[in-house]
Amino acid sequence: MTTPLIKITNVNKTYKGVSGDVVALKDVTLEIEENEFVAIVGPSGCGKTTLLNILAGLETYDSGTVTFADEPIIGPGIDRGVIFQQYALFPWLTVRKNMEFGLKYRGHSKEKQKQITDHYMDIVGLTEFANLYPKELSGGMKQRVAIARGYATSPKVLLMDEPFGALDAQTRAQLQEDLLKTWETERKTIFFITHDVEEAVLLSQRVVIMSARPGRVKDMVKVDLPYPRNQQTKILPRFNEIKNNIWANVYQEYLSIKK
Amino acid sequence: MTARTGYKKPRKLKDFGEGSKKVRILMMIGSLAGGILMWYLLSKHPVIGIILAGPDDVIKKGMTEEWAAGRLQKNIMVSLWRVLGGWTLAFLAAIPVAFLSGWYAKFKNIVDPWLQFLRTIPPIALIPLVILFMGIGEEAKLTVIFISSFLVMVVTIYQGIRNIDLTLVKAAYTFGASDFDIFSRVIVPASFPFILVAARLGISTALTTLIAAEMTGTIYGLGNMIQEAQLYFRMDKVMLGIVCIGIIGFALDRTILFLEKKLTRWQ
Repeated sequence: MTTPLIKITNVNKTYKGVSGDVVALKDVTLEIEENEFVAIVGPSGCGKTTLLNILAGLETYDSGTVTFADEPIIGPGIDRGVIFQQYALFPWLTVRKNMEFGLKYRGHSKEKQKQITDHYMDIVGLTEFANLYPKELSGGMKQRVAIARGYATSPKVLLMDEPFGALDAQTRAQLQEDLLKTWETERKTIFFITHDVEEAVLLSQRVVIMSARPGRVKDMVKVDLPYPRNQQTKILPRFNEIKNNIWANVYQEYLSIKK
Repeated sequence: MTARTGYKKPRKLKDFGEGSKKVRILMMIGSLAGGILMWYLLSKHPVIGIILAGPDDVIKKGMTEEWAAGRLQKNIMVSLWRVLGGWTLAFLAAIPVAFLSGWYAKFKNIVDPWLQFLRTIPPIALIPLVILFMGIGEEAKLTVIFISSFLVMVVTIYQGIRNIDLTLVKAAYTFGASDFDIFSRVIVPASFPFILVAARLGISTALTTLIAAEMTGTIYGLGNMIQEAQLYFRMDKVMLGIVCIGIIGFALDRTILFLEKKLTRWQ
């Protein structure tokens, strides 16, 4: 057996606040294999984003160990790309320039940068928008650019923080299929945060359920549905079986917050 | 009860639109023409007319006289030089101070109380001190204009830097950007619109401080022209000075606005 790409062991994180400390993560342990598509679900405030930020190197943690390819994570790095819910496109750069932003740090030549950018713009259908500024794009298009940009720098893992959370249902369905298509043709480790159980089951190979405050890994469910998947996968009885199973589990967490 | 049928025009809600460009320009011209007409009519009023010189007087008497003597041109050039000189120095100083404040919290903590303290002091109050330290030469005028527009610009640019979306900074870090790259490739371009807004505010502040600046003693300049004309009760020259400053301000403001539109098309 190969060693997992990401190893999170007994990680704890507490936020010190004015109205008392908030335990965001408690003894979180999780391993992610290379090229695995893992979805994290859980009620808001369960520390999903905190966990992602720790993996991205954007946030510190109090104790435990987090390793990436057997090296402890001590800061951000180009081997771990992040897709933010709010797109995080640089508004003063065109689509093309946004895509090329990170490529510079890969040490590619100008020519190679253009070649890579063209390739990924083609995959997500952005070619004709190359010279537009982000403000001229719809939310769905912006997120397409962000994902293509994330892919273009070819990190070992893509950390996605509710990337489709701000989109309408139809655009979301389209982007889910785009992501599936991209991942199926070019496998990559993906750590995908969502609060949408259906989305988690549709996309991922494994769903990690996190509990409400303090955030812990409550359960893990393997999604044994074959790829390629698309929106029609949702009709399969097995899909619904898994979905309902996870939903029941997550629902308990929602109830526990309400109390 | 009988049902009310038939078309009834639905109420159109306020949409906060600006209307077409043509309508906007026409309305602007109309508004200015109306204002000048009002000014003219008021100056013909038997009582108000004694103290208010009309636009005809300003052109026929004040302007012709000053222009023929070469004083108007000279005054405009001198004042423009002071305003632009003081503003340019202030702009060049405001950028590094604002960026240092935005980037280093310690620098901000030391500088900020002074900025906030000075910001509330009217420039006129500083004149005795300025004369004491800088004399009554051009340095004194530049200093007064510098102080007032510098403070406005530092505060505006600093606020802009604080408002930069931190997600963009995070995104850049995850691409492998260094601190220097974060500064040059994210902070600087992101704050560019605020720098232009600051430049505009700075220019108008520089102009409003012109009179105060020229109170440090001079024989030239539009501010001085107004003060002198006031002594001799030449209201036509007072109005001439006011109109000139207004036009200069408008022209400078439009120039920066034009640059803003060109340079920050992405906004």
